[in-house]
Amino acid sequence: MVNGSAKRFRTPLTKDDVLGLKVGDLVLMDGSILTGRDKVHKMLCNEKPSASEIPFRLDGGIIYHCGPIIRKTDEGYKLIAAGPTTSMRVDMYAADVIKLYGIRGILGKGGMGPSTSAALKEHGCVYLQAASGAAAYLADRIKKVNKGWRIEEFGEPEAMWEIDVESFPAVVTMDAHGNSLHRDIEDASLKKLLQLV
Amino acid sequence: MLKLRDGIVELYKKVATSIPRDVEDALKKALQEETEPLAKNSLEIILENISIARNSAVPICQDTGFPVFYAKVPVGLSHELLRKVIVEATRLATQKIPLRANAVDTVTEKNSGDNTGELFPVIHIESTPDQALTIDLMLKGGGSENIGQIYKLPGTLDTGGQSIKVERDLEGVRKCVLDAVFKSQGRGCPPYTVTVAIGGAKDQVTALSKKQLLRKLNDVSPIPEIAAFEKKLFDDINNLGIGTAGLGGKTTTIGVKVAAAHRHPASYFVDVSFACWANRRGRFVW
Repeated sequence: MVNGSAKRFRTPLTKDDVLGLKVGDLVLMDGSILTGRDKVHKMLCNEKPSASEIPFRLDGGIIYHCGPIIRKTDEGYKLIAAGPTTSMRVDMYAADVIKLYGIRGILGKGGMGPSTSAALKEHGCVYLQAASGAAAYLADRIKKVNKGWRIEEFGEPEAMWEIDVESFPAVVTMDAHGNSLHRDIEDASLKKLLQLV
Repeated sequence: MLKLRDGIVELYKKVATSIPRDVEDALKKALQEETEPLAKNSLEIILENISIARNSAVPICQDTGFPVFYAKVPVGLSHELLRKVIVEATRLATQKIPLRANAVDTVTEKNSGDNTGELFPVIHIESTPDQALTIDLMLKGGGSENIGQIYKLPGTLDTGGQSIKVERDLEGVRKCVLDAVFKSQGRGCPPYTVTVAIGGAKDQVTALSKKQLLRKLNDVSPIPEIAAFEKKLFDDINNLGIGTAGLGGKTTTIGVKVAAAHRHPASYFVDVSFACWANRRGRFVW
């Protein structure tokens, strides 16, 4: 299922941007996005840092489930490889992160569960799947690393990074209207499995 | 030993930045056969990614994995020395290629920064009467490692809320494998290479299934019953429709390999291991 040609948008996202997206839409993103994986999600939910402690704007932002290969150079940090990591591992935190920080987009792979799906609908957020394992391809679309947070404490792969992207491709697989392509494929594959056993 | 160290660094580079020919061919074939637009789109990006990585010598995936070594060591070469050289090469490769620092101290939560630590990298060593030292390296992604499963038969599976009885026979094993693939969906980056081991003791069965990931995709078990079983599993898994990146489509697996070990009368273990589409493996002979 692909719905026409790719929709282009720039971060931060508004609720209307999000409501206009549906499962199967190809999107191209421009602007700043934030990386965050296991340790970042645990910290955001347990420590609940205040806006003044967080060096980025999260409201309307996109969190990319990604632990990049990043290298410090004379001109600052440079991303070498940056594909998505499995989103399901932060499923227990996602609803709170959306609610507490006003996140409008989650970028990852493999989809997320019912509580996240409900939070997408309640607060107006969308789940986007980036190409699995396409780390070199996606790094070419990341133009700049603006800053990192908790680098020393979490290690480079698990720190939170603000990065500027250009024409970063993804597909909407869970929308703000309660639809999930992952759930549909899981249901269909269960039916097939039951026929096979 | 410096030459050996540098040879291992080169092996790291080859395995992290390029993909074995048989795996790339299987992905190209999957693209030719695919009709589902989202899966086609993903396969096109995957193949472009492979060529960018190879041409610019950057890692195929940001997760450069658990490094897993299988070394066959000739008589006279110290196993301890080889371990030291592998660790040193790992530090150097992490900096040079670069690899992502993946070794996290589970107690302090501190990343060691150089891919070395307690039992990290994973090193399996056996002796060989051959003159040459053979080192196989697998870079095993964390996403595909996480979706592996171990089963004890007989039992009852909970597959998507459905109870499925499994007995101690290949039919029971088949149900376990389908359960493991179903539960994985698109989370470990399909199309997968799926490997299965049956029998053995608990620690053996996991090591045995993981080792099957070294086999070329066209390799067929020499045991006729197992060879037929590999083919059957391949067809069944691809019938599930999970597809590339879990977005639906024809190819959920590009290869299924099975191995069996003798078991204790009381035990019947089944272990299912997965490699993501970037099934990265390579060999160095010294």
